[in-house]
Amino acid sequence: MIFVTVGTQLPFDRLIKTVDTWNAAKEVELYLQVGPSEYQPQNAEFSAFLEPAKADQLFKQAEIIISHAGMGSILTALRYQKPIIIMPRLAAQGEHRNDHQLATCKWLGNKTGIHVAQNETELLAFLKDYQSLKGGDGISNFASPELIDNLKTYFSA
Amino acid sequence: MKKVVAVASGGGHWVQLLRIRPAFEGMSVQFISTNAGYASQVDQPLHVVTDANMWEKLKLVKMFFEVAYIIFKVKPDFVITTGAAPGYAAIMFGKLLGAKTIWIDSVANSETLSSSGKRAKRWADVWLTQWPHLVDEANGLKTWGSVL
Repeated sequence: MIFVTVGTQLPFDRLIKTVDTWNAAKEVELYLQVGPSEYQPQNAEFSAFLEPAKADQLFKQAEIIISHAGMGSILTALRYQKPIIIMPRLAAQGEHRNDHQLATCKWLGNKTGIHVAQNETELLAFLKDYQSLKGGDGISNFASPELIDNLKTYFSA
Repeated sequence: MKKVVAVASGGGHWVQLLRIRPAFEGMSVQFISTNAGYASQVDQPLHVVTDANMWEKLKLVKMFFEVAYIIFKVKPDFVITTGAAPGYAAIMFGKLLGAKTIWIDSVANSETLSSSGKRAKRWADVWLTQWPHLVDEANGLKTWGSVL
């Protein structure tokens, strides 16, 4: 199963349409979380939003995650060691207020398990052979010890 | 026991807030977020407020009242947030009520501070980015580490 998620705030139809169209033959089990979008996917189960528990279940079930370049999806995929393809939202396309997702792709693009598709063409290239994509080595459940210790020191002062 | 209110809007902000939970050990914790479904992910009370960003003025006003009510009721010693708009409201009311306030800008903002992060300076006793190259000591912007 492939889980596609665009987060809670905004639609990202460029991503959703690409994956939905790619699955025209309905050969792949797909679940699309499409956000507040008017686009009606034809070739997959979908919903605008997901309860956190349901989203978590889909993250765990999926062989691979496809997502906007948002930190919630990325951190969750890393934690479950799932391969994730991220495509950045672009301000120029009205997909977000600024281009911080491009920056996210730049700094996380080399991390094991994260695969950056800059656009629809690169996304389709990944999809051709998605079963070969590797997941990451996992991350700890919590922030860096440095951050935790600094906060603890401040709270106990 | 010292009281901390920990605040984040949904999605990545919330996931980052969950990652700093070990820092709250030994304190009384209450959470504020925008999705009731998150209650199952934490053992402490979760208060749910209206989901609004800095560009939705009416919802924003409603959310500010909701956050204010919680902060006035809880009277925390500390307010900490990973953003965005509800966190801004919480450190503002927290600061006005004498709490110590901490803003941790999202790790997603790797090239420039978020817009709510820039505005948060005024209310944050501790104003943090997760990116060493964004630190601006002269302005009071520090880093204490990262959620990753």
